[in-house]
Amino acid sequence: MTMKSRALLIGGTAGLGSVFAAPVMAAAPTTMDVTVNIPRLTVAEYHRPYVAFWVEKQGEAPKTVAVWYDFDMKANEGTKWLRDMRQWWRVSGRSMTFPARGVSSATRAPGSHKISFTRAQLGATAPGAYVLVVEAAREVGGRELLRIPFTWPARAGSGGNAQGQSELGLVSVAFR
Amino acid sequence: MKKGILGLAMTAAIVALTVQPAQAHRQWMLPSSTTLSGDDVWVTVDAAVSNDVFYFQHQPLRLDGVKAIAPDGVEAELKNKATGRYRSTFDLQLDKRGTWRIASMMESVSGTYMLNGKEERLPRGVTTATLAERIPAGATDVKTGVSVNRNETYVTVGEPSLDVFKLENKGIEFVPVTHPNDLVNGEAATFKFLLDGKPVAGLNVTVIPGGIRYRNDLGQQDLKTDAEGKVTINWTMAGMYWINVTTPRAEGAAPAPSRASYVGTFEVSEL
Repeated sequence: MTMKSRALLIGGTAGLGSVFAAPVMAAAPTTMDVTVNIPRLTVAEYHRPYVAFWVEKQGEAPKTVAVWYDFDMKANEGTKWLRDMRQWWRVSGRSMTFPARGVSSATRAPGSHKISFTRAQLGATAPGAYVLVVEAAREVGGRELLRIPFTWPARAGSGGNAQGQSELGLVSVAFR
Repeated sequence: MKKGILGLAMTAAIVALTVQPAQAHRQWMLPSSTTLSGDDVWVTVDAAVSNDVFYFQHQPLRLDGVKAIAPDGVEAELKNKATGRYRSTFDLQLDKRGTWRIASMMESVSGTYMLNGKEERLPRGVTTATLAERIPAGATDVKTGVSVNRNETYVTVGEPSLDVFKLENKGIEFVPVTHPNDLVNGEAATFKFLLDGKPVAGLNVTVIPGGIRYRNDLGQQDLKTDAEGKVTINWTMAGMYWINVTTPRAEGAAPAPSRASYVGTFEVSEL
């Protein structure tokens, strides 16, 4: 659905297309789609990584928007390793309680995953420069952190990406 | 003549012996983690006295004086205490969120007195509480000095807190400016050390990163407190650090000047 409307925008020349596209262009984007690639690793012992997503804006407290971790273990045991996402833990995680409503969810298998946030969820209600930070830490594995700057109001379409080298693959954002 | 030299040598030996713990060997407590998350949170702590930090290879640290203070200031029980050949160990269940302090304070009195025209030295292990009974009747020229030695480390569940840093105004005490569980390689940290509750310029601050078995350069930083008692440390790597603060050696002082020392183990993270 999203892909289709964007294709129309890019195509843009067909008369019929522009009729449908016009209202979409007029409305400012309200949502950020983040596509995260979790690399498939050939290792003897593999555990899905914990991944934290947060938004930074200069002069404001960082805002956690999603944390993928073993949230459904008995006695909340999966929270023991949250601190391994060290930078996130320091800037935001350590002052939160878990599970966190609307933030906590399960770890993801290797592959491509899309996760979407509204402007309000991102804490990006004020216009300005923001950074989406994605940090992954894997049990018996390593840690990697990627930063993707973005501005709000955003332009519809692709909004930047960062290429991971170890624990993350390509992470890209798009606005609609 | 011979006897005189021997006597002098013995006195020197005793002085060396009393100074030894602070000089020749390093005391330390090493927690399994300093930054923790989760609901059922424990740390285990190794405690030893050795030359190289943090390798237990010489003597265990006796646990008699070690206490754990919860974030709300209440003392907590040390669990599974054991003392082996080279190290002591204990567990701590961190059932409250915030910063915990694991600490020992040892106070000892050294000194001399004259008895029947002879100078006698106080035996080791005298405390302020037992001092009176250790000085025999008829002793004169009693000269004593108190030595206060602290050994501490800090661990935090969730957000760092400050309630465990209550001052006793005795010996050298740690006051966070930068929180001890919020240390990052690449960010300078500032700590404050007070002597008997007051800032003193010129306390010796020795900073040594752990893991010295695997490098040639000790990497020691020798710093001094400023007039506010503050010292700023630039970490050279991430890891566990041993920090020792001592009162400067008094020049031409009485035979047994009062001394104080502080030892702390700090973890510096890599972000």
